[in-house]
Amino acid sequence: MTNTWQDIKNANLVIVMGGNAAEAHPCGFKWVIEAKIENGAKLVVVDPRFTRTASVADYYAPIRPGTDIAFLNGLIRYLLEKDAIQHEYVRAYTNAGLIVKDGFAFNEGLFSGYNEEKHSYDKSSWDYEFDQDGFAKSDDTWQNPRCVINLLKEHVSRYTPDMVSRICGTPQDKYLHICELVAATAAPDKAMTSLFALGWTQHSVGAQNIRTMAMIQLLLGNIGVAGGGMNALRGHSNIQGLTDIGLLSNLMPGYLNLPNEKETSFDEYMKTKLYKPLRPGQTSYWQNYRKFVVSLQKAIYGDAATQDNNWAYDWLPKLDVPLYDIIKAFEMMNSGQINGYICQGFNPLQAFPDRGKIRRGLSKLKFLVTMDPLDTETSRFWQDFGPQNPAKSAEIQTEVFQLPTTCFAEENGSLVNSARWLQWHWKAADGPGQAMSDIWIMTGLFHRLRDLYRKEGGAFADPLLNLTWKYTDPNNPDPEELSKEMNGRALADLTDATSGAVTKGGTLLDGFAQLRDDGTTASGCWIFAGSFTEKGNQMARRDATDPREQGIAPNWAWAWPANRRILYNRASADPDGKPWNPAKPIISWNGMRWVGIDVPDYGPTVKPSDGVGPFIMNAEGLGRLFARDQMADGPFPEHYEPMESPAANVLHPKVSANPVARVFSDDRAAFGTPEHFPYVATTYRLTEHFHYWTKHALINAILQPEEFIEIGEVLAKEKGIEQGGWVKVSSKRGEVVCKAYVTKRIKPLAVDGKPTHVIGVPIHWGFTGQARKGYGANTLTPSVGDANTQTPEFKAFLVNVEKTTAPAA
Amino acid sequence: MSDLQSQDYIRRSASTMTPPSARNHEEEVAKLIDVSRCIGCKACQSACMEWNDLRPEIGHFEGSYQNPADLGPSVWTLMKFAEYENEQGNLEWLIRKDGCMHCEDPGCLKACPARGAIVQYANGIVDFISDKCIGCGYCVKGCPFDIPRISKTDHKSYKCTLCSDRVSVGLEPACVKACPTGAIMFGSKTDMKHWAGERIDELKSRGFDKAGLYDPQEVGGTHVMYVLHHADKPSLYSGLPDKPRISPVVSAWKGVIKPLALIGIGLAALAGFFHSVTVGPNEVTEEDEVEGERALREKENTP
Amino acid sequence: MALTRREFIKFTGLGLAASSLGVLGFGASGEAQAAAVRPFKLTHATETRNTCTYCSVACGILIYSMGDRAKNARSNIIHIEGDPDHPVNRGTLCPKGSALLDIVHAPTRLKAPRYRPPGGTEFKEVSWDFALDRIARLMKDDRDKHFMTQNAAGTTVNRWTSTGMLAASASSNETAYLTWKVARSLGMVVFDNQARV
Repeated sequence: MTNTWQDIKNANLVIVMGGNAAEAHPCGFKWVIEAKIENGAKLVVVDPRFTRTASVADYYAPIRPGTDIAFLNGLIRYLLEKDAIQHEYVRAYTNAGLIVKDGFAFNEGLFSGYNEEKHSYDKSSWDYEFDQDGFAKSDDTWQNPRCVINLLKEHVSRYTPDMVSRICGTPQDKYLHICELVAATAAPDKAMTSLFALGWTQHSVGAQNIRTMAMIQLLLGNIGVAGGGMNALRGHSNIQGLTDIGLLSNLMPGYLNLPNEKETSFDEYMKTKLYKPLRPGQTSYWQNYRKFVVSLQKAIYGDAATQDNNWAYDWLPKLDVPLYDIIKAFEMMNSGQINGYICQGFNPLQAFPDRGKIRRGLSKLKFLVTMDPLDTETSRFWQDFGPQNPAKSAEIQTEVFQLPTTCFAEENGSLVNSARWLQWHWKAADGPGQAMSDIWIMTGLFHRLRDLYRKEGGAFADPLLNLTWKYTDPNNPDPEELSKEMNGRALADLTDATSGAVTKGGTLLDGFAQLRDDGTTASGCWIFAGSFTEKGNQMARRDATDPREQGIAPNWAWAWPANRRILYNRASADPDGKPWNPAKPIISWNGMRWVGIDVPDYGPTVKPSDGVGPFIMNAEGLGRLFARDQMADGPFPEHYEPMESPAANVLHPKVSANPVARVFSDDRAAFGTPEHFPYVATTYRLTEHFHYWTKHALINAILQPEEFIEIGEVLAKEKGIEQGGWVKVSSKRGEVVCKAYVTKRIKPLAVDGKPTHVIGVPIHWGFTGQARKGYGANTLTPSVGDANTQTPEFKAFLVNVEKTTAPAA
Repeated sequence: MSDLQSQDYIRRSASTMTPPSARNHEEEVAKLIDVSRCIGCKACQSACMEWNDLRPEIGHFEGSYQNPADLGPSVWTLMKFAEYENEQGNLEWLIRKDGCMHCEDPGCLKACPARGAIVQYANGIVDFISDKCIGCGYCVKGCPFDIPRISKTDHKSYKCTLCSDRVSVGLEPACVKACPTGAIMFGSKTDMKHWAGERIDELKSRGFDKAGLYDPQEVGGTHVMYVLHHADKPSLYSGLPDKPRISPVVSAWKGVIKPLALIGIGLAALAGFFHSVTVGPNEVTEEDEVEGERALREKENTP
Repeated sequence: MALTRREFIKFTGLGLAASSLGVLGFGASGEAQAAAVRPFKLTHATETRNTCTYCSVACGILIYSMGDRAKNARSNIIHIEGDPDHPVNRGTLCPKGSALLDIVHAPTRLKAPRYRPPGGTEFKEVSWDFALDRIARLMKDDRDKHFMTQNAAGTTVNRWTSTGMLAASASSNETAYLTWKVARSLGMVVFDNQARV
C-alpha cells in the first residue's frame, strides 16, 4: 500500500478491481464504508462475480477474468480523449514529456526487440533519448510526437469502448459510466483509491494489470495524496515483512538484489546498482546502495566481512537464472534436481498450481521437512486419503519430518502489515506439547550443521562457520536481539558530516541515513533502521493520536521507511509546495522546510524551486507512464489473453497470450483448449476462511463447511445442475467433485459476440483439519507464471463442468 | 456473580411480579443492524460462537453462503442471504443478520409457562434463564420472528442473550464489537434511533427512496432494529416479517389442539429434566379454557 | 409463593400456556429464584496484546488467558477479541480473527515431532534430537554432494540448488531474519515465500 488503511476514508471514489476487499480484508474495508458515509465517496466494483464487496457497492460491472488491461487501457484512452487528467501534476511529476528513442515500436502485439526463441525482449530500445550529459530529453509542450504522452495516446487508441466491451464482456454503458466516475477524480482536490490484491497479481500479465492502474492514478494526480494511491492489500500477516527481509530467491534484506554470476566482483555488482540521475538536479536514493550492502554484510558476517575480502561478497550465493521461484522449484523437483525441501509454515500441496505436479514432485524428494503449528496436507502427501489424495505410500521413498511449531499467540516478535507498519506482539501462553518456535528449530539446525562442518569438513562452509551468532542464549535467540540486529548499530564512533553529532560505537542507529560503506555500521535490514533505537522498541509504540483524524497515526508502531506513512507524499503538494487538496494536506513547504502530519518522502529542506522530482527512488524523479526497461513484457501495458482462454486475442490473434510469460514445456502440454474445456474458471478466497488454515478451526469449519463451486443460473440450467447438487469440474490437469452453488451473481458475458460462462472456484478445502474433505482448487489450475513476478495464473483458466453424484466417502 | 438484580427485571414469564419501579432512570439499550453496510462476512456469527462457547455441528454446503443452515440451540445469530433482482433488473444481494429482536413486548415471554424462565430487564434485553426452562416450545410459537430453538439433547430453549453478561459490565455485545464495517452498532435506544435517522437520510441521498428503520410497533418496538434500504418490503430480506404479530401461539391454543399439546409438554418435561418437581394433575380444567378464550379476545381487540 | 393460575393469566395477558403448565404442576414449583446473567468471564483473566495472524491488515487483538501468571498457574488462552485502541481495526475482527481461539486450540495442532521413513504408511513420534540430527545429516550430505563453488566459467558462485526452502509469511520478522541468515549462509537459492500465492 502506498497509503494507510485508515487513509482510505479520505477517498472520493474507491475502485475495487482485481480484489475483493470486503471478503478478504473485512477490517480494512471498514474504511471504505467510512469513506462512503463520512466523505460521500462512491464505491465501484469490477469483478467477474457479484461479490460481497459488490453487495455494498454503488456501482458494479462484470468483467471476464484476465481482461483487466483491456478495460484499463480503455480507461486511459477515455481520460486522454476527454482530457480528464490533472495537467499540472502530469506535467511536473510524470515522464509524460520525456522523449522516447526512435527504435522503440509496437507492432501486432509485440514491442521492439522480441526474441522468438528465447521468449524474451532485448529492451535496449525501451528508453529515452539522452543529451550529451546523459540526461533524458524532454518537451514540456508535448508537441514532439515521441513524447511519452503521445506514444501512450497512440498505444491505447485501439481500446475503444466497443473494443473493451468485445474483449471484457462488460456492457458498454456500464463501462462508460465507470469511466465517467473515475474521470471526475482528475480534479486536484479529488482522489480515487485503488484497492487490489491477488485478483490482479495472479495472471500471466499480473504486474502489468497493476501498472496500468498506477498509470491511471498518475494521470489523475492521485498518487501521494490523501485518499489516493495504489493499495495492494496483500495476503499473509507478514508477507510484507518476508518480502522486506528478502526471503525470496533473488533478494536480500531491504530489496537489495542477490548477485548473479555475471557480477563476478563486488564492484561489478555495484555498477548496475548506483542509478545515475537522469534529470538535472535529481537525487536518486539508490546511490546509497553500497552503504546498505556493506552494512548488511557486517551484520551477517561481523568481523569476517572486511574491506580486504570485499565485505565477504564471495560468500553470497550467485544466481545463474533470474530466480528460483516456486514454479521452477517444482519443475526441478519433478525432473529430479531437488532432493530436499523444507516447508516452514507453508503448504504447497494446497497452495501451488497443478496439484498433481506438486504431489509427483514431492514424491521424488529424498527428504521433506515441514515446520508448522498444524497438520498440513503437504506433510501427509504420501498418505492415502481417498480420491482427495490418492497416494500409494509404499511406493513413495521420501523421508518426511513433521516438526511442531508454536504460533503467533506463543511468541514475541514483529510483523509488517500491508501499510508497512512494523507492530510488535507479545506472547500469551506456551505452545502445546513439545511445539517449539521456528527460531529454536532453525537455530538447532544451524548448530548441528556447523558442528558437522567443524568436525567433518565438507563443501565450502566459510559463510556458515563465520555467521554472526552473538545472542545471549545462542540456542534460542531473543526476538528483541534479532530486531536490534536488523535495525543496526554503529561499530565505531560516527560523526555526522553536517551537524557534527557523534553516534557512539555500539549504540543502535536512529535511521538509515547513518549507514556507512566503510564497515563502521552494521544493519541487517536497512529499511528497518529506526525501528529499534536507543529510545527503545519503536514497533511497540501504542499512541494512536491522529492529527486532524486524517488516518496517519504517526506514533502508532513504526513504519518503514523512516516512519513514513504515505509514500510519494511530496506529490500531495503542487510544484510550489502548496497542497493540491487544502482540506487534507499531508506535507507542505513553509519557506524553510517541508512540514506536515507525515515524514516527507523528500529531502526535508529541498526547496520546491530546486525542481527535484517527487519520485526520488526513480532515476528521473518522475512517475513512469513509460516504464523503460523495468518490465519484462513491455514499457506500456498491452492486453494479452490468459494462457488458457476461450477466445483469441482480437487485437492481435497471432500474439494472443503474453509472449514472455513463464511457461515450462511440460506445463504447456498440460494446457486445455476451449473445445474440451469451454468455461472460464477463476479461483478465490471466501471471507469465512484464511487459505488452508482455518479449516482446522472449528468455528470457521462451521461457517463454510464444504467444498463448492459457483455457477450461473443459465449454465446450470443448460447442464441440468441443481442448487446444492454434485458437479464434476475438470481441467486438462485434474478434476474436482463438489457441490454447486447456482447463483444469480454470475451472469454469462458476451465476449466478441459469444456468450461466455464463468465458474467460480473457492480454494479452501483439503484433506486435513475439521472441515469436510475436498479436492482443492489447485487440482485444476495451470502452472503458468507472470512474466515479471512468476505469480501463477490462478485467476483465469479453462474447465468443463458436468452434473455428477457424490464421490466415494 | 454479576447478577442483574431483581429490581432490574421488568417482566418475568409466568409470574405476577409487579415490575419494580424505583429504578426508573435506566437507559434502554438497542442494537442497530444497518444492512446497507453489512458485507455478510459472518464475523458476528463467529464472535457470537466464540464468546458464548457455542459450537454447532459442522454441516454441509446447501446451496447458499448461509451456514449453519438454520438458527439452532447453538446458533444464536445467522447471516441470511437473498439474491434479489430489483425493478431495474439489477442484482442486489440482501444480507441480513438474523437473531433475537429483543421485543419490547416479547411474544416468547408472554407465551412461556415456566415461571421466570424468560425475563426482560429494564434495559430491554429479553433473556432466557435456562435452569427454569422446561423445553415446552411455547416461546418458539410465541415469537413473531421464529427465533428460539429447542435443544434435542437438553430440551431447553435457546436464543441470543444480547450478551447480557457483557452488557451488564458495560460492554457491547460480542457481535457488535466484532463487526468489521460497523453494520452492527450498540448504544441507547434513543441514540440508535437518532443514528438510524442519519443513515436513512444518507441512503435516500443515494437513491434508496424507501430506506427506513425497522422497529416494528406491532411488538412495541424492538431492541434490535434494522436500517433497511427497502423498508417498504422487509420480507425481501429472507422473510423478515412485514408485520410481526404474536398471535400464533394463542390461536393454536384452542379447542382440541390444547390437550394434544399438553401431552407434548408433559412428555418433554418428564423426559428431560423434571424428575424432582412435583407433578400436578395432568388435565385441562374448564377454567383454563375460559380464561384462554378471554385472553385471546383481549389480545385481538387490542389495536 | 403460591400464585393461582388466574393470577398468572392476568399478568401475562395471554396466559393459556402458563395456565396449562400450572396444570402440569409448575404453579406449585416453589419460590422463583432471581434470574442471573452469566458471570463475566474475563474479570481476572490476563490480557496480552498481539496481532492477528491471518491477513496483512494486521488487526490488533487482545488475548485473554486464565490465571494471573503465578508460578503454579498454567496459563491457557480462553478468549481473543479485537483491540479497541488499534487505529485500523478499532476493536473489530473478521470471522477468521473472531475465531482465533479455535486455531490456537485446534485439535490438529501438532504436539510432537513425527517422522515417516521411506515407504512408511504412518507417522511415528520421535524426539527433537532424532529429528534435527537426521535432518542436519541429510542436508549436509546433499550439500556436500551438490554444492557448486564455481561455475563452468570459473566464477565463484557458492550456491546450493538441490535443497530448497519455503519460508513462512506468517512468521515474525525476527524468525524471518534468522531463517535468512541460516539459509543464505548455506548458499541456498531455491528459496521462496507466499508472496505470490
